[in-house]
Order: sequence, then structure tokens, then C-alpha cells
Amino acid sequence: MGQFILKNLLQRLALLVVVSVIAHAVVHIAPGEPSEVDPTNPRMKPEDVAKIRAAFHLDEPLHRQYVYWMRDLVSGDLRSFKDGQPVLPKIWRRFLNSLPLFIAATLLIWTLSFPAGIHAAIRRGSAFDRASTFVAYALISIPGFFFAYLLILSVVNAFSVPVVGMRTFGMEDAPLAFRAMDRLWHLTLPAMISAFSGVALLSRYVRSQMIEVISNDYVRTARAKGLEEETVIYRHALRNALLPFVTMFGLMLPGLIGGSVIIEQIFAWPGIGRLGYEAILARDFPLILTINFFAAALTLAGTFLSDVLYAVVDPRVRLGA
Amino acid sequence: MSTSVHATTELDAEREPAGRSSLGEFWLTFRKDRLALGGFVVLVALAAFALAGKGFTEWWILFDPASVRLSDRLLPPLSQVSAIVPADQRPAFDIYLLGTDELGRDVFARMLQGSFVSLSIGFVAVGIAMTIGVVLGGISGYYGEARFLGLNIDNLIMRFTDVMLCFPTFFLILTVVALLPPSIYNIMIVIGLTGWMATARFVRAEFLSLKEQDFVLAAKAMGLPERRIIFFHMLPNALAPVLVTATVSVATAILTESALSFLGFGVQPPDATWGNILSDGKNFIFDAPWLFFIPGSAILVVVLAFNLVGEGMRESLNPKLRRR
Repeated sequence: MGQFILKNLLQRLALLVVVSVIAHAVVHIAPGEPSEVDPTNPRMKPEDVAKIRAAFHLDEPLHRQYVYWMRDLVSGDLRSFKDGQPVLPKIWRRFLNSLPLFIAATLLIWTLSFPAGIHAAIRRGSAFDRASTFVAYALISIPGFFFAYLLILSVVNAFSVPVVGMRTFGMEDAPLAFRAMDRLWHLTLPAMISAFSGVALLSRYVRSQMIEVISNDYVRTARAKGLEEETVIYRHALRNALLPFVTMFGLMLPGLIGGSVIIEQIFAWPGIGRLGYEAILARDFPLILTINFFAAALTLAGTFLSDVLYAVVDPRVRLGA
Repeated sequence: MSTSVHATTELDAEREPAGRSSLGEFWLTFRKDRLALGGFVVLVALAAFALAGKGFTEWWILFDPASVRLSDRLLPPLSQVSAIVPADQRPAFDIYLLGTDELGRDVFARMLQGSFVSLSIGFVAVGIAMTIGVVLGGISGYYGEARFLGLNIDNLIMRFTDVMLCFPTFFLILTVVALLPPSIYNIMIVIGLTGWMATARFVRAEFLSLKEQDFVLAAKAMGLPERRIIFFHMLPNALAPVLVTATVSVATAILTESALSFLGFGVQPPDATWGNILSDGKNFIFDAPWLFFIPGSAILVVVLAFNLVGEGMRESLNPKLRRR
């Protein structure tokens, strides 16, 4: 087990290095440099452009630039091209903003999709099953920002609460209860919209998993013993159906960074996805690369976690065999 | 969906096992899934609409998506053209079927044009992704043990797939599209290049198991050339799941394009896609809601149709489910 984990970790570390090399190459080889963000500015003379390029090491060969980036990233004094601020604290602050969104969305996904999926599986072919199938596909198929606008319109019309941003301006001196309520309202819609497609996918998966388990012989045996249907479903079938979902937990980790650009943009949520978008607009290479690096690291950590968890939960899986 | 239908088809299948092609059998199962069948009908209609769009907006200009009529800005659907518009700029039948936008362009004409562009983005991107996936997966599965520069080819390709899976897809697409000069081809290519990994994995698995099967061994024993074995004997057997993935991926590609449009990196004007009509329309959501709701619902319906058809195909192709 220990050996397996060690080997696996080393493999993933190697993958991470390759990913960072490719990302670095893609970003640097693609046309468009930080010095060209404003090409129409008449005050930018060729000497100035050369000066900017030299200041950011953009005039050096690619592998040297990669080494500079890695050195600064590890030592922690990597600075943004745009404003000279250190990159890591910048990302950390935005990460703290994205975190509540991610947690709320994850909670919604896991609490909604299990009841829906199990219910649909038990009454396979019923009106509920068919309706939930259709709704699930509709939720996957709707363009995210179209849906977001519809929801914003209806919530603002129905409850007349502000929903854009993380909090309402001028609420800083309000009593704690009001501030908390305000934060909660602002969190609700973006969290719901981040959760929708997840709920749709996961509930479909729960349903098919449950259907497969229910048709097993041991479930029939449990029924034949005369156990109550509740016990059969929740004590016998559900436990085995739950196994693969342990792995889903790890696979959702990268959603922390990758999945939120659009939603954060719509809701003016100062999170990490939006930071990445702004960095792309400004051609802020260190920031783009570092965010991408962390996203890849999270993906690798997620798959690693799901592999290990699966082995821990399911005694049939043996690691390192 | 009643049991009697089930029974008769099963009886039919038993009575004449050779009489029904696998395609016919697929169709029998597929058409029982009403959602998937509905999606299929929508897709056929869409194909007709897109072809009509190509024809009527480019070759025989019945609907002109580009003509700007400043006197007819933001008119609701089904309104009449105003009297001062010159004859060569009037829409067909003098009626704006779906209203006009902020420049007085005919929304129906733009939707017609956009349907073809949106669909071709979906199909080209998915075509690229599936080709790469099938080629890499096939090589990895069939020639896996061969060595290239001293490294196992299977290992090499699969590790590369792992690397590609590490990238946050949408962020990567956004980065590349934002850095490259905006063009419809760049968008197609980038979406295609970031979407092949799952296909490569299951095509590899499929090839690995097909390689051991008797009919392939027999083909080898008969001395058939390798490319014949690969393309005529193995590939058709591995293609069913590829088709399913392709169908669902077209849906995803259309959504990705509309998301890119929302951020301002989509297909640039004057080319219309459903994504950029929707994203322009969001600025007029109160003054001209049709500019927002028409393309939004159109995308929803079409993407839903692709997803439902894909799911229906998956279920019909799955022999385990078919027997039930």
C-alpha cells in the first residue's frame, strides 16, 4: 500500500511537470505578448517595447523563461506582469472567495442528487423517473449564462433582493444578522447555478448505479427473506451502490478552479475563475500559468484521492497488485 | 413501452436471426425511446433549417442577415417593415418573423445563418476530436507493444492523454482563443484539440479486446494486410461508442461556443452564431426580450436534442439493456 502510494505520487509529480512545460510553451508560443496589449498607443516606441520585454525576460529563450518561472514560483516571489503584486497571495485571496461558492455548490449537488436518483431508480419508468430524466437533460443542455440571467430576473423580481457581487455596498455597518443574510442571498444564485449541471449528472449516475445493484441476486435474496422494502433498499442495496461515489468526491476537486469563469463573471464574484479571465485579458503570463498549474495539481490530487479512497472503501480492490 | 411490444420484437428476432441487420435492430430499440425519437426529429428539422440557412442567406439571398435598417431597430417579432426601407433591403414577405435587433437586422435571417455556423463549429470540432481520439486510441491499442525511441508506444500515448486530462478544459480553450487572433477556425480547432481524450481511452480499450478475438485472429491467419484488418474488421466494431460520444460532444461544443461568445471571444461579427446572437441579446433583455429568448431557447432545444439522441443511442447499442 505504502509503496503503491509513493509510486503513484511520483508518477503524478512527473505528469505535473510535463503539464507545466506544455502550458508554458502554449502560452508563450501563442501570438500576443504583454507588451502588445495596447499596440495602438502612440507613446509606445520600439525601445519601450524592448524594455518591457527585457524586464519580463520575454527576450530570452523559452527554456530559460520556464526556469525563471519555476524558480520564482517555488521561492514565492513570482510577480504579476500587470501590477507587480506577488502572485501567490493574490491567488490565495481569490481562492478564499471562491471557496464558499464551491462548498455551497458541492453541498447542493450531493444532497439533491442522491434522493432524486434513488427515487427514480426505485420507481423505474414512473412519471417521476421520466420527468427527472427530462429535467436532468434540460439542465445539462441550457447555456449557463442564459439560465443565470433568467434566474437573476425572476429572483430580483420576486424577492427584490440584490444578487450580484459578494455583498451589498453600504452593508458593512449593519448588524451581523443582516450582513449574514445579505451574504447568503448573494451566495444562493451562483451556488445554485454551479450546482445544476452537477445535480443533473450525478443524479443520473446514482440512478443507473442503483438500478444495477437492485437487479443483483443478493437483493432478491433479501426480499425473499421477507425484509421490508425500506431495509432492502437502504440497508442492503444503497450501501453497495454508494461505492463508486467515493471516487466522485476526488474528481470534483478541480471544479474549485476550472468550472467557474462564466458564473463568476455573470455575478461579478471576485473568485479565482474571474482572476484567471482578467489575467488572460491582460496577457499576465505568470498569473495564467500559475492558476493553470494549480488547476492541474488539483486534478491530479483529485484522481489520486479517488484511487486511494476507492481502495480503502472497497476491500475487493487491492493496491500495488 | 408495453410488454406486448417487447414480446413480439423478441419473438421476431428469434424467428429470423439473420433477417434483421444490426442497424435495423438498433432502430427498433431506438424508436421505443420516445425522448430520443423526439430529439431525432428535432435534429432532422435542424439539419433542414441549417441547410436552408446556408442556401437562403448566401447563395439565393432570400433573407439577408447583414443588411442594416436604422429605421426598423428593435422591432418585435411579426412586425411589418416600415415604408421607408428601400425595396432591396426589405425582408421576405415584408415581415420580420422574429423581429429585428439593435441595428435593424432581421433576427430570423441571422438565426438562419447562425444555425449553419453553429452546427459546423460543433461538427468540425467534434470531427477533429474524434479523429485524433480514434487514431491515437487505435495505435495505442493495436501497436501498443511496439517501441518508439525505446519507449513503449502504448505507455507514451496514454501518459500524453493523462497530461491533456490535467488541463482545466474551458480555461485552456479560453487562454488559447484569447491569445490567438479571433477566427471561427481557431475556435473549431481549439475545441477539437481539447476534446479527444475520453475517445482515445475507450477506443484503446476496445481495440485491446478486439485484438484477442477469433475473427481478428482468423483474418490474420488468412494473411489479410494489416490496414484491411484494422479499417475493415476492427474499426467498425469499435465505432458504436464513438458515435455516441460524438453526438453528445456536438452538444457540448455548441455550449462551449456560446460560453466563449458570452466572454467576447466567440465568433466575431458580422458572422452570426446562435451563441453570439444570444450574447448580444443579453444587453437588450428588457427592451427587446426576443433578442435574448429566441436564441437562448433555440440553443436549449438543439443541445437537448443532441443529448437525448446520444443517450438513446447509448441505450440501444448496449446489449445488456436491449435484452431486458
